Amino acid sequence: MDIVEIKNLTFKYPQQEVQNFNNFNLKIKKGEWLAIIGHNGSGKSTLVRLIDGLLAPESGEITVSGIKLTPESVWDVRSKIGMVFQNPDNQFVGANVEDDVAFGLENAAIPREEMLIRVRQALERVGMWEFADHEPVRLSGGQKQRVALAGIIALKPEIIILDEATSMLDPEGRQSVLEIIRELNQVEHLTVISITHDIDEASNAQRVVVLDDGKIVQDDIPAKIFSHGASLVKIGLEPPFSEKLKEELIKQEIKVPDEYLTKEGMVDWLWQLFSKQ
Amino acid sequence: MGKVLLGRYVPGDSIVHRMDPRAKLILSFFFIVIIFLANNWQSYALLFALTIGSILAAKVNFAFFIKGVRPLIWLILFTVLLQIFFSSGGTVFWRWGPFNLSYYGLINGAYVFCRFVLIIFMSTLLTLTTAPLEIADALEKLMMPLKKIKVPVYEISLMLSIALRFVPTLMDETAKIMNAQRSRGVNFGEGSIMQQIKAVVPLLVPLFVSSFNRAEDLATAMEARGYRGGEGRTKYRVHYWQTGDTVGCAVFVAVLIILLFLRHW
Repeated sequence: MDIVEIKNLTFKYPQQEVQNFNNFNLKIKKGEWLAIIGHNGSGKSTLVRLIDGLLAPESGEITVSGIKLTPESVWDVRSKIGMVFQNPDNQFVGANVEDDVAFGLENAAIPREEMLIRVRQALERVGMWEFADHEPVRLSGGQKQRVALAGIIALKPEIIILDEATSMLDPEGRQSVLEIIRELNQVEHLTVISITHDIDEASNAQRVVVLDDGKIVQDDIPAKIFSHGASLVKIGLEPPFSEKLKEELIKQEIKVPDEYLTKEGMVDWLWQLFSKQ
Repeated sequence: MGKVLLGRYVPGDSIVHRMDPRAKLILSFFFIVIIFLANNWQSYALLFALTIGSILAAKVNFAFFIKGVRPLIWLILFTVLLQIFFSSGGTVFWRWGPFNLSYYGLINGAYVFCRFVLIIFMSTLLTLTTAPLEIADALEKLMMPLKKIKVPVYEISLMLSIALRFVPTLMDETAKIMNAQRSRGVNFGEGSIMQQIKAVVPLLVPLFVSSFNRAEDLATAMEARGYRGGEGRTKYRVHYWQTGDTVGCAVFVAVLIILLFLRHW
């Protein structure tokens, strides 16, 4: 079943000449983890803002979880989607952690008794309950981003959109945020759409869509995308370590397999290479 | 930035800390008004007793209150000296041109000093025992009747709480931009007044621009989380009016009655 369906989407920003999207089509399956990659200005952020109804398309049709996106239905659509943005400081609305998690629930007019339970559950989920009364200045970037995630979890959406949500975090913070997302995707079967330049995040996805000037240039599983090696840099992604190693080995005139190898695959192949000699 | 007392909240768990912020806000204003009713030593002694009693009940270190008075000490001394030298009446001790030192002058000076100290002590007590957000909440609740004359109460209180939440963030950023500009050769706080004003520009402009960006990001994030205006929202934080608050109000009203009695004694 498709949870997001985009048909013949056309969009351009009012102050710009060029068309951002022209006859764009995309389907996202329920429970899927989709990574959208592409160089800066390829339209990734615009696309997810269109899905959430934060921007209005010129023409075309967007259907989210069976609801057609119109000016009247926009709030229903938004209630199905949870969005985490790039800058952890600028999306922190509440004065402290629990207030921020409660913000979305207050907007949805959830009764207070239920809010108390949901806020606590969401914060325990991301491991931030003991920081419930902390102000944003006392938290690290990774912790703030976990709070942002808790604010989304508390709302119980069907789709989580990450708009470069890990790009401003240190490797440790990024890892812990990704861990929570993976659990939500695999255990609770939430649909995840992540915009990213991060190889780890893209490799966690089940499907990768490469955007270029508002067009899908590739749409495949991560392994296929990663096998393009150095040309990944052009589409805004750092090649994985195993691909970089392959390039160096080719320079040493060692014959390497063409298909993409994960870290474990690479190790196995190296073992085999040496045992043959 | 260490001198800013506004919003300097000291967490604690005393009777005063647990009071309803609405009660604290009302009582602070009430106190400032009734100070002007005091007109003799007995009444000032009563108000001092009330203030000291409140401070003791809050179990806050007294040093904070001295710190609260310190930045205003020159203003206080200036006003007190004006009172002392320009009031006339009673026995005149000393006279020189327009200045005179009289009995009434000295008494008035002392009263003005007491008023200042009392007001500062009480308002410091309010900010020390009440988190900024609680004050914002209290203001929202107290402004509710104004909704009838179409004052956007929810919006004002949202702006207030967002402003309070961003004060430390923007202070951090100011320090960062200052250091970045210093590392590029800008001298802050040096040279003539004109030079000092010019040095502020490379600090203000980036700060302004980044505030605009922040505002846009925040508005998008709020909208994505379903914010559609103040109407029809539920509240996560609630405050309950407890017996302690009623007792506090009763004490203040009793003080007012005694004060009115002492005034005409």
